[in-house]
Parts: sequence; structure tokens; C-alpha cells
Amino acid sequence: MSDVSFVRTEMLPEQAPPASEVGAIGWIRHNLFSGWFNSILTLVSLYAIWYVLSGVLPWIFQSVWNANSLNECREIMIATWGSTHGHACWAVINDRWLQLLFGFYPSHLYWRPIVSLILLLVALAPVLYSDRVSSKMLIVTAIYPFLMPFLMWGGTIWGPIAAALGFVVGWGVYTLVSKQLSGLFGMIAGVAASVIWWLVLSSYFVGALDSVLPIGIEAVQSRQFGGFMLAILLGVVAIGVSLPIGIVLALGRQSDLMIVKYLCVGFIEFIRGVPLITLLFVASLLLNLFLPPGTNFDIILRVMIMMTLFSAAYMAEVIRGGLAALPRGQYEGADSLGLNYWQAQRLIIMPQALKISIPGIVSTFIGIFKDTTLVSIIGLFDVIGLASAIRADTAWNGIYWELFAFIAALFFVVCFSMSRYSMYLERKLQTGHH
Amino acid sequence: MKKSVILGVATVAGLAAAAATAGTVDDVKARGKLNCGVSSGLAGFSLPDANGEWQGFDVAVCRAVAAAVLGDSSAVEFVPTTGKTRFTALASGEIDMLARNTTWTFSRDVDLKFEFAGVNYYDGQGFMVPKALGVSSAKELDGATVCIQTGTTTELNLADFFRANNISYEPVPIETNAEAQQQYLAGACDVYTTDASGLAATRATFENPGDHVLLPEIISKEPLGPLVRHGDHEWGDVVRWTLNALVSAEELGVTSANIDELSAGTDNPEVNRLLGTEGTLGEMLGLNADWAASAIKAGGNYGEVFAKNIGEETPIGLARGLNAQWTDGGLLYSPPFR
Repeated sequence: MSDVSFVRTEMLPEQAPPASEVGAIGWIRHNLFSGWFNSILTLVSLYAIWYVLSGVLPWIFQSVWNANSLNECREIMIATWGSTHGHACWAVINDRWLQLLFGFYPSHLYWRPIVSLILLLVALAPVLYSDRVSSKMLIVTAIYPFLMPFLMWGGTIWGPIAAALGFVVGWGVYTLVSKQLSGLFGMIAGVAASVIWWLVLSSYFVGALDSVLPIGIEAVQSRQFGGFMLAILLGVVAIGVSLPIGIVLALGRQSDLMIVKYLCVGFIEFIRGVPLITLLFVASLLLNLFLPPGTNFDIILRVMIMMTLFSAAYMAEVIRGGLAALPRGQYEGADSLGLNYWQAQRLIIMPQALKISIPGIVSTFIGIFKDTTLVSIIGLFDVIGLASAIRADTAWNGIYWELFAFIAALFFVVCFSMSRYSMYLERKLQTGHH
Repeated sequence: MKKSVILGVATVAGLAAAAATAGTVDDVKARGKLNCGVSSGLAGFSLPDANGEWQGFDVAVCRAVAAAVLGDSSAVEFVPTTGKTRFTALASGEIDMLARNTTWTFSRDVDLKFEFAGVNYYDGQGFMVPKALGVSSAKELDGATVCIQTGTTTELNLADFFRANNISYEPVPIETNAEAQQQYLAGACDVYTTDASGLAATRATFENPGDHVLLPEIISKEPLGPLVRHGDHEWGDVVRWTLNALVSAEELGVTSANIDELSAGTDNPEVNRLLGTEGTLGEMLGLNADWAASAIKAGGNYGEVFAKNIGEETPIGLARGLNAQWTDGGLLYSPPFR
């Protein structure tokens, strides 16, 4: 008996892991077939996916693109595949896609909404990607709110210029008066001057300049707006204007000034307590009962105002959530630095509160964008309204899935982009202390 | 544009007094456009085509009125309305007239304070069933499931009919005609009931129209016509007599083809009065002497409008039936132009 214990002195060479543990097979074993129960689930899931795709893919791709009516589509399907089931008739989209996108906007002016959309992206770039795009581009962003209505509605160029001049007038009066008296008086006088300019003086200004120098482009009536363009127009205005209004309302709701506070609370609770469709009905029909006959209060402008107010109320509550989530120390820290209210909001509170609220804000954006389809109920021809108008054409009566699939695809692209952008923004602003 | 809107709101008080006294005829003339409420999409009756031009049987009434008042059949602003918004839109002044296959009923005329200017289509509620069901009369429908649009006169008529015949049914409420087609074809209901014109139009779009039959019973009267606000009788007269002019034109043999020739003067005094070469009918309405001639030129006489939009040559394929002239056994009977 020798008590020789054997201890290996040299390392064995590394071996490749078993083929069943790495690569595709390993991944499948680990993730799909790691036990009998999971294996069954995997097989059932695969069958479900195959079942759905085997129906949907032939429907999408074995389809008719060129026909003048649903019946013609059906004839082509019978001739090609021997059956009309399981094949899409995309010919309706081929026939009407311009109408679905632009509504009844005059076709020789399609370049105007397209230019507006491109300029929108240019105007948004310095805001959305402030780290990559020069801040000089912000001048496009500032001009855009005046340029866009001019492009979309046309008419004289002096209208948007007069609207922009209102801000110049207000700013001029503000600086003059605040030098003479106090900042608060200056603010009040400036706002009053702008309002007087917009309501009273600007129409004379536009009239006079238009008679001297009639520069303008062909005007387009609001009734001709429609299709996905209308959804984007309403969505962009509601989103763009509701964020600042929402911030102001959220701050107002937390204000110590009693009147401001209760005005904001009252507004938010009233708007949130009423369905959007009710507000749209009021805008489209009941408002006329209060206005004199013959008053031309543009229908799209009415809808824009209602949708903006609606989303502003929701936005205010989302941002209030962000404000409430900030630790008290942040407010006290701002105070101890000697910052006044607006400085504290701008430098310390808002950047953090808005960052916390990003998912909620973008959710509200997506929600209001999809809510634009509700305008079809008050007789505006957005994509949904156009879909039913197209079905009223005897050539296309009876077609559903193709139209709704197309509309869904349009909305998905926009909403998914917004969602991805918000995730990018969250990653970018991640400062790493939870 | 923004500014003019705000200005409009700001001057509400000043305008209100002046505007309240002016009638709709003057409003339309001053505006240069007729605001006409139509359906946002109903096959054959009103729909925007691929170019955004409005077409249809109800649309033709709007165009005729615009031609009579303004001399231009394209001076119409078509305001699409839904079943829910149509009456409010008219009452609030958003539209000058409503031509949206609306049934003339007592309560709409009296209680809702509207004035029906006449009937441009005599309809009635019918039933459509699949042939496979083997039913030949609506009275055999005991226990059937019925697709029915909610909030319409058809819903009430259906209940009346089944109660009167002492048989039962199970309603499947649906919102729009499009939804009804889907439900019916998917077999969610045995029977689809709505206006007979709508049933015919719907069946025409089915893949196999022959597999479905319309039952012979017509269980209600649905006189469809244009309407205006109660109280403005001058405007009501304009719409009523424009419609009558289209009907009379067919009766008198005035068509869009021969109207120019007849406008030069004929031996028939009624044609002359209608076309304004004799008498002062236009002046009495506050319109031009050739008001009716313009209205007829807009889309032809009643028969031509019918044939072009919903007649037997179209996919809708409706026969004249009750909508034939009284001389042909129908109900169309225009009071004389005198």
C-alpha cells in the first residue's frame, strides 16, 4: 500500500464545448427546448406563427395591383388563382393612394404639403437632435409656425408676416415699458399690445400691403384638406402647442397664487372630464349656435384648438407627475443657490422633471395623434372618413381589409418612430444615478 | 386666415343684429356659395369620386339649387354630415340645406323644426336574406337574427312589423352600412334590413349577388327629401320649386339635350313659364328669370339625374317604381308652374 496520491501537474488543453451547447443548436436547446413542457410550448407557438403567416403572407403578396373595381379584382383573382379568398385587392390603394394621403387638396399643389413636411423635419432637427445639429438651425424652427400655414392654406404672404409682427410689437412694447416702469408692467403691456395688433391693427396692415404689393400663392379651402395629411397637420399642431401649454398648466397647478392655481385645476379637470368626441362636436356644430350666421370660423382651426386644449390637459398631468417625482432637495438646492423661480425651473427643475416624464409625454403624443381619426365622425375627411367615402363608390363598395391595412401601416410608421425616438432620448439623457 | 377668424369672433355682437334679419337666399347670394349638407358616403346618393368631385343623386339636388340661385352648379360647398350630426348642422346654420336621404317624418318636421321641401326619392324598408335560408316572405322570419342600424327609423319599423305579425326576432345592432355588409356576409345575422334602395346597392357589390334575395315585403314608407330650417319660407320655396322644376321638366319633356332649343320659346305655355321666357315666376322667387333652366342644365331633369346616378344602367340598378311620374303610375307629381 503506498499512499501515493495522484495530482495532475499539467493542465489539460482546452476543448471545444460540445456541439449541443454552442451555436444555433445550443441556443435552440437552451431557449426553445430546455424541457418537455417548453418544447411543447415551442411547437405550439411555431404552429400558431405558421398558421397566421400562411394566411397573411399569400394575402399580402398574391394580390391584385391593377384593376378598376372590386369586381375586376375578383375576376383577375379567379383567373389567376381560381378563388377570391385569401388574396388582397391592392388595386384600391393603387387607385386612391394620393387621395388617402392628401384628401381633396388640389393635385397641382401637392408640392406644398410635401415641402411643409420636409421643412417640418428640418425645423424639428435642431430640437430633437440638439447634440448633432447646429443650433443656428433654430431659426428655421422659429420661422416654421408662420411658414407652414402660408404653405398649406396659401393666400397672401402678408397674413403670416403680420402674425409674426405681432410678436415683434409685443417684444418692443415690453422692452420699452419695462425700462420705464417694472418688468411686470412691461409683460402685461407687451401682451396687450400683441393682442391689439392681432385683433385690430393687423387686418388693416394686411389689407393695405396686399393692395400695394399683392404677393401670394393660390389659396386652398379648409374643406379640401384631408387624408393622412390632415392627421399629420392636426397631430403636429396639437403636439407642438400642447407641450408648452401643458408645462405652464402643470406649474400653475402647483403655484402658490390661488387664482392661478384654481384656474389651472379647473381647466385641467374640466377638459379631462369630457370625452374628446364631445369637444369635437361642440367645435363643429354647437359653436355655430353662438356665432352669428355668416361667421366664417374655419372648421380645421376649430378642431385644432379643441385637440390642442385636450392634449394640453393630459400633458399637464403627465408633467405634474414628473414634478412630483423630483426629490424635495432639488427645489431646496435651487433656492439655496439664490435662483429666482424661473431660473430654478429652467436650470434645475424642468430638465429633470421632463426627463422623468418622457415616456408619459410621448405616450400622450401618440395618443393624440391617433385621436385625430375621430374627426371623421364630425364629417372631416381624414383617412378613416375617406375609406368610407371610397367604399361608397360603387367600384369599391365592399372592400375593407386593404384600406384599413394601408391606414394601419401609415399610422404604425409614425407612432413607432415617435416611440423609438423617445427610447433614444431616454438613453441619451441617462445620467446613471437611480 | 387666423386673424380673419378672430376678427369674426370679435365682431359677433355687431353682426348678430344685421345677420339675423337677412334671409338664407340673400346669405347664399352674398356668399356666392351654397353650403349643402350631404352624406359623407352613400353609394349612388352622395360620394366624392377619385378626383374629389361630389357625385350622386342627393348631390344633384344641391347642384340644381346652386344653379337656380347663383347660376353656377359648381358654386356648392359640400359639407359631409353623418347621421348624428346632420340635424344639428342644419339647425346651427353650418349648412343652408340638407340633402342626405333623410326620411320625412312628423316629428322631424314638427318637433325638430325643419321644413321638408319635397320628396326626391320614395323609399321603403325591405329585407335581404341568403337564398340558402329558403325564405320567400318576411312573415316566415320567426326567430330570425336581424342586422339593423341603430338610431334610425328602420329600427322602429322593424319592431312594429314583427309585433304586428306576432313573430319574434333577435336584433344584431350595427352602426354603419359597411359594418352591416360584413356582419351579414359573415353570417352573424340571417336577415339584413334597411331601405330597399340601400339593399339593392349593397347586394350589387356582393361577390355572388345571386345567392341573396330581397323579400317582396316593403314594411314602411320612407319618403326621402331635402330639408331646410323652419321659418325661412323664401328659402324653403326656392328649394321646393327647384325640386319641382326638375320633376316638371321630365313631365314636360324638357331635357338637358333640348333645353337650349326650348329656351328660345315654344308653343307650350307651361314650358315657357318654367324656362322663364313667359311670366315672372323667377322674379316672384327673387331669382333670375332663367332660374329653372339653370337648375335643369346642372344635371338634367329628374329622370336624367335618376338614370345617371342610381338608375338601371348603373351598378346600383334601381327601377323607377314609385319614383316614376304620376302619368306612368308613380308618385312624382309636381304642382303646376303657374
